[in-house]
Amino acid sequence: MVQDKSWGSRIFDGVNLVLLAIVGIVTVLPFIHVLAGSFTTVGELAQKQLVIFPTEFTLDAYRYIFTTNTIIKSIGVSIFVTVAGTIFSMLLTVLMAYGLSKKDLRGRGSIMFLIVFTMLFNGGLIPSFLVVKSLGLIDSYGALIIPSAMSAFNLIIMRNFFQNMPEGLEESAKIDGAGSWSILFRIVIPLSMPAIATISLFYAVSYWNTYFQAVMYMNDAAKWPVQVVLRQIVILASALTADTSGWAGEDVLPPAQSVKMAVIVVATLPILLVYPFLQKHFAKGALLGSLKG
Amino acid sequence: MNYAGAAQVKALPHVSRKEGLARSIVKNGALYFMILPGLLYFVIFKYLPMFGLVIAFQDYKPYQGIFGSEWVGFAHFERLFSEPMFLTILMNTLVLFFMNLVFFFPVPILLALMLNEVRQQAFKRIIQTMVYIPHFMSWVIIVSISFVMLSMDRGLVNESLVAAGFEKVNFLMNPDWFRPMYIFQIIWREAGWGTIIYLAAMASIDPQLYEASRIDGAGRFRQIWHITLPSIRSVIIILLLLKIGDVLEVGFEHIFLLLNAMNREVGEVFDTYVYLAGLQQGQFSYSAAVGFFKSFVGLALVIGANWLSKKFGEEGIY
Repeated sequence: MVQDKSWGSRIFDGVNLVLLAIVGIVTVLPFIHVLAGSFTTVGELAQKQLVIFPTEFTLDAYRYIFTTNTIIKSIGVSIFVTVAGTIFSMLLTVLMAYGLSKKDLRGRGSIMFLIVFTMLFNGGLIPSFLVVKSLGLIDSYGALIIPSAMSAFNLIIMRNFFQNMPEGLEESAKIDGAGSWSILFRIVIPLSMPAIATISLFYAVSYWNTYFQAVMYMNDAAKWPVQVVLRQIVILASALTADTSGWAGEDVLPPAQSVKMAVIVVATLPILLVYPFLQKHFAKGALLGSLKG
Repeated sequence: MNYAGAAQVKALPHVSRKEGLARSIVKNGALYFMILPGLLYFVIFKYLPMFGLVIAFQDYKPYQGIFGSEWVGFAHFERLFSEPMFLTILMNTLVLFFMNLVFFFPVPILLALMLNEVRQQAFKRIIQTMVYIPHFMSWVIIVSISFVMLSMDRGLVNESLVAAGFEKVNFLMNPDWFRPMYIFQIIWREAGWGTIIYLAAMASIDPQLYEASRIDGAGRFRQIWHITLPSIRSVIIILLLLKIGDVLEVGFEHIFLLLNAMNREVGEVFDTYVYLAGLQQGQFSYSAAVGFFKSFVGLALVIGANWLSKKFGEEGIY
């Protein structure tokens, strides 16, 4: 390839690189500020505006978090909901996707239409709430898992993956007398591990990030996941301090800045840990998903 | 994408279908059994709520249930259209939508064009890694970090304003700051992620086009203008139409977090209004009617957008 070495082109490259570097840094700077701030003493936070690297290093904020029952409990709830939810979701999704991947199965088209239609139209908040309520799920951990157990989008990706597997693999097993269950568990699933891992991550991230389900279905604060607790101590508390009347005459103090930051870090950490893996696999999903909108 | 499944069924001979289904269930019992739990999920949590929308035409009382409540026809819809709040939430939704269109929509295109011009692959990958991160964070985290930084109480931004000799600004409560805050958070979270589909489209452009234009003396800007942009034109149009089909979806989980007593007037949209009227004030039927109206208009818009994109000669979405 012929490289364009003119001055104009070089200046273009230089400016472009600088601008992109700025965009990249500005995007991650808030995270770094919060991470550094969570390890900083209140005094240093008050002195400096932006903390990139804490000079007065302290674990006070984390020590405080781990002495409160609420926050620890909520992390436990989030971990449980994420793990149990992902397993439950994958079980339903893999089974259904495999069944629907058989092109000659009668009724398959109608079922697919039913599923795609749910991406276009839904009953909305109130009827969904009433369904969950009449099933007696309010205030149970099931309310954080079961009503959002399946995503039509993930199901379709999984089905497409199964559909594109070479048919010969299954044929030979069928001749050996294997039934659908043993074909699925002995041949199809072991060969689909990359896709299964990807979809599991899709589900896990959405379970970890879920908050509105809990706001709607969980009245018992002891059962809140960490995202809801985060909302409580950072977002609602910030709004209250801004509206000082809310605090007048009360001796409760809003949590110190570094504690808020530490809770944000705790809620963010699991996502950051799986991020390298996410980035690799999500890009493919995004290309499919963007067409869905 | 190809969702032609529904069409396939129609193509089958109609007479033998019923008998065929029964026989198929006997023969492929295991496969149907695998489908069943998932199908039950969709029926219970997607189709039952759709059926539950009938309460929008009733005066639903929880103890009377769907079958015992009185029918009131379109009364709740009439009330919605006569409420002054209706115009407010419609306006708010449209303003947020147009802000999205004007201030957010072009950003991923611009960013993708810039990334596409980078020749150092390692640098490009590092920047991509950085700008994709916020997409994976929940709205709670995005809004929390913003609030920590914008807080009146030792927030980074306000402290910097004071240090620079300005007055503190109450970003979180001042209604004037609601919309800018909303759009900045969307740009922060989604701009990087939005580049993926454009970058994929750009990757399939034939490099010979660039070489030929270079020989003809075209500079970098002219290459972008005459080669890159026309090549991703259809992707831009499809995404634009999709966006228009989603006018009413301005991001419920996001806005819900930003709302407070002071900025409701500019921040209230259909979904948050449904939550307020339904779950907080207990007007189940009325709020279900509001939700129904929104879903119905939304469906019509998506179908319309798809029809338009086909008309423009681009590939439809569904």
